[in-house]
Formats: sequence, structure tokens, C-alpha cells
Amino acid sequence: MTIRLAFLIALMGFTGGLMVASFAGFREFIPGLLMGAWVTVQITVLAAILAVVAAMAAGLAKLSRIRVLRWIANIYVEIFRGTSALVQLFWLYFVLPHFGISLSAMTVAVVGLGLNVGAYGAEVVRGSIQAVAKGQYEAATALNMSRSLTMRRIIIPQAVAAMLPPWGNLFIELLKATALVSLITITDLTFRAYQLNQVTLRTVEIFTLVLVVYLALSLVITIGMRALERRVGADFGTGRVL
Amino acid sequence: MDPIVSFQGVTKRYGYLSVLKELDLDVAPNEKVAIIGPSGSGKSTLLRVLMTLEQIQEGIIYVDGQPLTHMERNGALVPADERYQRSVRGKIGMVFQNFNLFPHMTALQNCMEAPMNVLGLSRQDAQARASELLEMVGLADKMQSRPNRLSGGQQQRVAIARALAMRPKVMLFDEVTSALDPELVGEVLNVIRKLGDEHNLTMLMVTHQMGFAREFADRVCFFYEGRIAEQGPPNEFFTDPKNERTRAFLSAVLEAH
Amino acid sequence: MLFDWSFALEILPILAQAAVITIEATLIGFVLALLLGLALALARMSRNPFISFPAAGFIEFIRSTPLLIQIFFLYFVFPKFGIVLPALVAGILALGLHYSTYCAEVYRAGLENVPRGQWEAATALNLAPMATFRDIILPQAIPPIIPALANYLVALFKETPLLSAIAVLELMQTAKIIGSDTFRYLEPITLVGLFFLVMSLVSAALIRQGEAWLRRRRS
Repeated sequence: MTIRLAFLIALMGFTGGLMVASFAGFREFIPGLLMGAWVTVQITVLAAILAVVAAMAAGLAKLSRIRVLRWIANIYVEIFRGTSALVQLFWLYFVLPHFGISLSAMTVAVVGLGLNVGAYGAEVVRGSIQAVAKGQYEAATALNMSRSLTMRRIIIPQAVAAMLPPWGNLFIELLKATALVSLITITDLTFRAYQLNQVTLRTVEIFTLVLVVYLALSLVITIGMRALERRVGADFGTGRVL
Repeated sequence: MDPIVSFQGVTKRYGYLSVLKELDLDVAPNEKVAIIGPSGSGKSTLLRVLMTLEQIQEGIIYVDGQPLTHMERNGALVPADERYQRSVRGKIGMVFQNFNLFPHMTALQNCMEAPMNVLGLSRQDAQARASELLEMVGLADKMQSRPNRLSGGQQQRVAIARALAMRPKVMLFDEVTSALDPELVGEVLNVIRKLGDEHNLTMLMVTHQMGFAREFADRVCFFYEGRIAEQGPPNEFFTDPKNERTRAFLSAVLEAH
Repeated sequence: MLFDWSFALEILPILAQAAVITIEATLIGFVLALLLGLALALARMSRNPFISFPAAGFIEFIRSTPLLIQIFFLYFVFPKFGIVLPALVAGILALGLHYSTYCAEVYRAGLENVPRGQWEAATALNLAPMATFRDIILPQAIPPIIPALANYLVALFKETPLLSAIAVLELMQTAKIIGSDTFRYLEPITLVGLFFLVMSLVSAALIRQGEAWLRRRRS
């Protein structure tokens, strides 16, 4: 793992250095790209929050004893996993106005990507909850805990620890998917790159630089999730005491 | 005296396999009952249906005069719903073979969780009760440790303290020393001995420790194929078993030691 | 505004034609991903650090950055070197390249799961390394990873709408053109969504069956 990280950092440093060294006059692009990156970050963060909420709700609903809830969750997950993210964005952006619902491009981006990643996350949530040992439920019953208390205090905290690594991957997929919002007129990092390319025709430099920025952002996600995993891992007795 | 636990014609089936067959068993308050028998004889199932971890198909179980598996409605007994069952099963506590401690909580938190959130104790009261019990099981210095920092014997003692913190009237011990390394068995048995001496507790224990059963129990029940094949006071039971199967089982177990 | 069935019926043939392009791109892109992925996996597992490190870096780089930019990059960069690629070819290359890095990780897992003893046994039989790999190792490594690879085939399929960004006349682009020509987006985009949904559900069912078959075969 550390080797992987070291790799990324080395690669970034190398490419970054190359950029700065070889392409003088590159500075003028930086502000536009930074503004685009900021939009990308905003969409990623907001959609990630929505994804976690949707995944929790759908994952729990899939395990519910109430059949209607299971149905709704299944339909949601199958629709959003079964159609492509771009189709979903276009549907929300171009079709929804036909039903009298006009959302801003930004709202479409956050809702569309959040629900898309949430559908994949629902499977992660369900899997991690089912992976908690049966003995934990039995111990909770023996302590006369109610079902909801058992879920809230015993099962979900353990499931959360198990679901962090797959969530890290999902967040990176989300970051990558934010590039799609450039196709519904949002001026994110990808949009800026496209625009600059049209104006300056310096294809290699611009797209390489933008790819490196995306790489750096996903590195931030990876490192952040690692830190979170270590923290939560500490809750299971690897050192830290409350 | 009225029994505190009473099995009346209880049958438990998995598919076509009957694990308990029309079982009748009364346990008096404060009685210590050791349950022995070959594996698959239904002895663990007896504890599990009493803890409501498994449903029974026929018969009724009473706890402290109240039906546990059924509830009264319009003068008739109908299968109990979860809410009713929770109101009765609070009188029972259980310790498991594999401890089943909550890994994300310290020893102290393990013992405080249910008293606070089920019984509604304040944090101070729950903590006082939990630390007193952890002291009693000899773990005063391990209160802030999480389960994976404790030995098997220590984990099992935390599990006992955790069950006691709910102030049950009946304690169930399901092969509580079977998962332990031999040198750790003694510390757990000592805690159970101490409990028997100092508390008014009814205990049902499934065990393979014949010596402990003989010394500690008021009565020994030998299970065979879902029925009680023989039962009696330990001295009689171990010195002069009447049943063919009991003799075979005891000689097999004693030979192994 | 309700779904206009006669309009939907009218545009169906046009969309069906576009679906052919989508499926073409999917299949060719995936074959590319399979071949390139195996090469990447072998490079990644090489004992020579000058081969394995760059391979690992490349895999990480492609996996961590958006496919859409990779599509733009390939589409716009080739003309700079005097090679004019049709948009469809550039798009297929990008899809294949992107998913080759995912396939590489799958291959690696499959290859690492073949017990070392198999190599040793082949050496003991005096088989050449190439022959060992082709005849002994690969046939054992591939079957267990077919479901995982198939999942990436479906994932790649669901990313083909991105080719609309460089005006490839696949399903999404065709639907958009119909939409802007007729001012009716509801039917074309919904039909495209349904197409993807049905194809995904069918392939998910097929993959499940394949997994069950593999399990039976192994036991």
C-alpha cells in the first residue's frame, strides 16, 4: 500500500515538474483550471454526501422485513446501476423539464451522480451488514436489546468499519464520473480543459495537466480514506482508548 | 416452591429433524442445573430456545410464572410477539461459547450498553454497576481494554459481567469454557463458583467439565436425542448411573481424561 | 406531457441503428481491454522493477482519472501527429485502454491464485516457460475470473454513451440529435435508458448463471 502511494506521489512530482519546466506561458491557464477544479470538488463532496445517505437508506431497506421497502430499494438500485450515469444525467437534465420539473444543472449533477453512486453503495452497505457475525445479534438478544437498538449500536458501527475500503473506491469512481457534468453545461475541470483546448490547441499540455489534477484529487481521497480506516480500526482495539 | 423455569411439552424442529422432543423440565429458583450429553443431543438448543434465539414448534416455556413463548389474548394463549417476549426475557441472561463481546466497545462499555439503553440507567449508575461487576470477575485493570486485547478467559469473564449487569434471575451458560485454552478454563469456572456462592441466581449450564458439574451442580441432566435420558443429584448420577446410555457416555468421557 | 408511443415507434429504427454502433464499440473495446490488460498484468507482475513499476504507475494513473478526458485526449492528440482518427476509433481506443487497467488487476488476481506448485511441476517436466504459461497456468487462471471480467464488460458497455462527447453517432448522441431536432427528449432518452437497463439486467442474470456453472464445475 505504501508502495502504491509512493508511486503516485513520484509520478505526480515527475509529471508536474515536467509541465512547469517545459511549458512556459502555461501560467495563464491556471486560474481557469483552478476554478474548474473547485466546481469539481464541490460536486464530488455534495454528491458523496447524497450517495452515502441514499446507500444507507437503500441498503437497510434491502434488509428490511417490510416487503414494500425491499421492493422500492431494489427498483432504485437496479435502475441506477443498470443504466449509464450519463444517460441518468441527460434524463434528469433534458427529460424532467417535460414533466414540469426544471432543475439547475448543478442540482442535476449532484442528484444524478449522488443517486448513481448511492445505488452501488447500497450493495456495499447491505453486504457489510450481512457480514457482521451472527453471534453479535445473539448477544444483543441475550441483553434484551430491541431490533432497532441492536442495529444502531451494535451492528451498524461494526458494518461501517468494514465498508470503508469499498467506499474509498466508490468515491474515486464518483470523482471520475464528475467529468460527465461538463456535458450538461457545468464549467467543471473537464469543461475548462475542453474549452482551453479549443482556444489554444495545446492538447497534450492541457489534458495532461488536467489528468494530473484529477490524479491528485483521487490521491487526496485515497489518503483521507486510509486515515479514516486507521481511526475506525483503532476502535477495534488496535491501540486507542476512549 | 414454584419453578422459575418450566418447559412443558416443548418440541423444536429444524425441518424434519426434531432437536427437542416433547421436553418437560422444571427448574427451581436458585437451583444449579448442569446439562450434559453428546453433541447434537439438543442441550445447547434447550438454552437457545429459552433465550428466544430460536422458535419452538410445540409446547410452552414459562419463566417466573409467565409464559415466554406465548401470551394471553382474550383468555387464550397465542404465540408471543416481540414486544411481549422482550418483557419476559429480561429475566434471563446468557453467556456464549464464543463470548460474542462487542468488538468496538471497551470491556466497560460492553457492560454499560444494555443497562443504559435497555434498562434506562443513568451513565453514572451504569458505570458504577459495570465497574463493580468487572471488579468481581477480577478485571478491574482491564475496564478500558477492547476485546481483542484480552485473552479468551478474560473475554469470557467480561461476558459474564455483561450478562450480570442486566440483573437476570436466570443465567444460561452455553459451553462457556469450550473455546478456551486449557490453562484459562480455571479462571472462568472460579468466577462461576463465586457467583453461585454470593448471588441468588438460577443457573443452567451446558458443560463438558464433568468435575465441575459434579462439584457445583444441584442436579445433572443427561440429554440424549432431544430428551432427558436421566437426571438426578450429581453424587448419585456420577456414581450410580441407571441408564445404559449415561453409562456409555460417562465412561467415554472419563476415558478421554 | 405524456409518453408519445407513436413517436417512440417512429424513432425506434434510428435508435436501433445507433445501438449497433454502441454494441460494436463495446465488443471491440473489450477485446482491446482483454489483450492490453493481460499485457499490463504480466508487466505489473514482472520481477524487473523497470517494467513492473511503470506498469503499476500506468494502471494507477489511468484508473484514477476520468475516462471522458482520456477520450478527449486521444481524439484531439492524434491529429497533432498527423494521424486523423475517426471519432469512433479514438473512442474505442480510449474505452479499451481505460478498461485494460481494470482487467489487468483481475488477471493479476487470477494468476496469483494459481498455486506455485504448478510452475514447479511444469519445470520438473522440463516445459519451456512460455509453454508452461500458455498451456498450464493460463487455463487455470482464466476460468475463475470470467465473472469479474464479464462485470467489466457490462461496465464498459454502460460507459459507451461518453462517446457522444466526441460526436460518435452511438445511442446517446443519436437520442440527443433526435431531441434537439424535434424538441422531444422524453422518448429518445427514456428509450436509451431502457435499452441499457434491459441489457444490464440480462447480462447480470447471465453472469450469475455463469458463476453458478463455474462453482458446480469446480466442486
